[in-house]
Amino acid sequence: MIGFLLRRLLWFAITLWIVVTVSFFLMRAVRGGPFDGERTLNEAIERNIKARYHLDWPILKQYFQYIGPFNLDERGWFGGDGTRPFGGVLTGDFGPSFKYRDFTVNDIIAQSLPVSVSLGMVALMWALTLGLTTGVLSAIYRGRGVDVALRLLATAGIALPNFVIAGFLIILFVFELDWFPVAGYGSLRHLVLPGFALGAPFAAYIARLTRTGMLEVLSQDYIRTAHAKGLAPRLVILRHALKGGLLPVVSYLGPATAGILTGSLVIERIFAIPGTGSHFVNSATNRDYTLSMGVTILYTVLVYSLNTLVDFAYTLLDPRIRLEES
Amino acid sequence: MAERWDLKGRDLELLLSEAETYKGESLWQDAWRRLRRNRAAFACLVFLALFALGSLLAPALPLPSPVTLTLDDEYRPPAVDFSALLVPGFRRDYWELGWIDERMVDLRVAVFGDWQTAPWLGTDGKGRDLLSRIVWGSRTSILVALAATLCSLIIGVSYGAMAGFLGGRIDNVMMRIVDILYSIPFIFVVIFLITIVNEYRTELEDQFGINRETVFYVVIGAIYWLTMARVVRGQVLSLRNSEFVEAARVVGASTARIVFIHLVPNVLSVVIVYLTLTIPAVMLFEAFLSFLGLGIEPPKVSWGLLAVDGTEGINPIKLDWWLVVFPALAMGLTLLALNVLGDGLRDALDPKLRGKD
Repeated sequence: MIGFLLRRLLWFAITLWIVVTVSFFLMRAVRGGPFDGERTLNEAIERNIKARYHLDWPILKQYFQYIGPFNLDERGWFGGDGTRPFGGVLTGDFGPSFKYRDFTVNDIIAQSLPVSVSLGMVALMWALTLGLTTGVLSAIYRGRGVDVALRLLATAGIALPNFVIAGFLIILFVFELDWFPVAGYGSLRHLVLPGFALGAPFAAYIARLTRTGMLEVLSQDYIRTAHAKGLAPRLVILRHALKGGLLPVVSYLGPATAGILTGSLVIERIFAIPGTGSHFVNSATNRDYTLSMGVTILYTVLVYSLNTLVDFAYTLLDPRIRLEES
Repeated sequence: MAERWDLKGRDLELLLSEAETYKGESLWQDAWRRLRRNRAAFACLVFLALFALGSLLAPALPLPSPVTLTLDDEYRPPAVDFSALLVPGFRRDYWELGWIDERMVDLRVAVFGDWQTAPWLGTDGKGRDLLSRIVWGSRTSILVALAATLCSLIIGVSYGAMAGFLGGRIDNVMMRIVDILYSIPFIFVVIFLITIVNEYRTELEDQFGINRETVFYVVIGAIYWLTMARVVRGQVLSLRNSEFVEAARVVGASTARIVFIHLVPNVLSVVIVYLTLTIPAVMLFEAFLSFLGLGIEPPKVSWGLLAVDGTEGINPIKLDWWLVVFPALAMGLTLLALNVLGDGLRDALDPKLRGKD
């Protein structure tokens, strides 16, 4: 088990290194610095700004500076006096934002990540409760009206993009019924609609997975045994079938979380929620390379660790699976 | 035992002639038969075929231009006036069309002249006809989906088949690379890449003749090949040592024959199923990127852009519902049909279900 985690960690380090390196050099290779604006700057000012962000260093030196806590300084490569502009990715410091001059990338992430995380949690909760209940229901009532209706709904949920769902929700619940605020962030009421719109496709997918998993489990011998010994149908479902039927859902949680993180790019924009996703999109159009790189790295770390966690949880639920094989 | 091998002369001919009367059914005939029996999937196939035809012939249809601004006619709600289905007023302004599209517009002008459809589905904030924009938008969306899927098909199938066929250490390394790529949240990387490509768009266009959309297709295709590669590799790996391949080898078939006559058709069914599920995913992705302002750019239209217009039209003062509902309906129906068709194809091509029902 420890071997598994170590191996995962090693691959993770390699992955992350590739992402950081490739995007760093791409970023630096782009013509036009981040400070090229509408008007050309005075030469001296430009030189000063570049010096401040160490853009005048040789590219490899900048790379080491970005990567980690190496002791670089103006004169030499290593063995400087320790006055670095920022710590480097290895210390969890993503450096200054190129567009929001007074903020570091870490400041922006620290402000916006809790917002995105709470939105993501709401979405995941929605997706799980809705997906599991409808999935179990349609497995129990297989082939009947409920099942057909729920499956159609699930297919529609997978097929429709989340911003379209969001549009319908806003028309219905904000303008027709006036139950929720249209946009913004602050209270739980602000998160209901965006959370639902964000979670809907995943709820649909989870419902599908649960249905398939439950159907497979329900035809097993041990379920028949449970029925035969006179256990109440509700208990058979809740106690015996659900555990086995949930397995596919657990393994889907990793990709689902990644998808929710991605989907939040759009949803945050529609509902004007100041989360990391909207910052990322803005950074891409603003050419704020450090910010967009920082968020990319952060999300890579998040997705990877969540996936590992899910794989880990999977073995606890299903003793037939061994980590070494994966 | 001995008698059975003792067939000679008339007996043998009798047996052979009897065997002739049994007609074998290929995988595809069987699948086609079963797909036709699946009403929902078949209806979706017909719907998609008609839809694709309509969108392909869009320039020749009597639609208004999707970009003509009629500023005195903005935000007109949908209405079908049966006494005036067609109205005069067509103006030939489009963005730079390809040669074939230009000829189709010529044809349209020759046949319908000045006449165009009235705004059945209403108009948007700049007085542009919504129906026309949806149809022209479908061209972009379908084109993106097909081109990107083709990209993923070429990369994925060749990569996967190579890994599966070579096997051993090479396979191990190749699949490890896929694993690494899998763990990167690609959308972020893609957005990052597109930002950088935008920086060089004029050079790319002038020097290499590559426009932004081509880059867009390739980039999207380049992320969707991963699953394809895994699927194909798994299939090839499991089939490589199967009995029918061995049998073919015993009979003396060459490697090329084994690969192309025996292995590829078996992999193809899985690939086709995966394709029908990739296309909607790519369409969604295009809509997603266009929504963020990183995909298709005006004056061209795509469904993602229409959805942006729609959500911008949502405001409490005046609800322009048609701008949200109709593009969503078009996109939702297409994606729904593709998903249902994909599921139906999966059932139809599943060898485990072959010859049943």
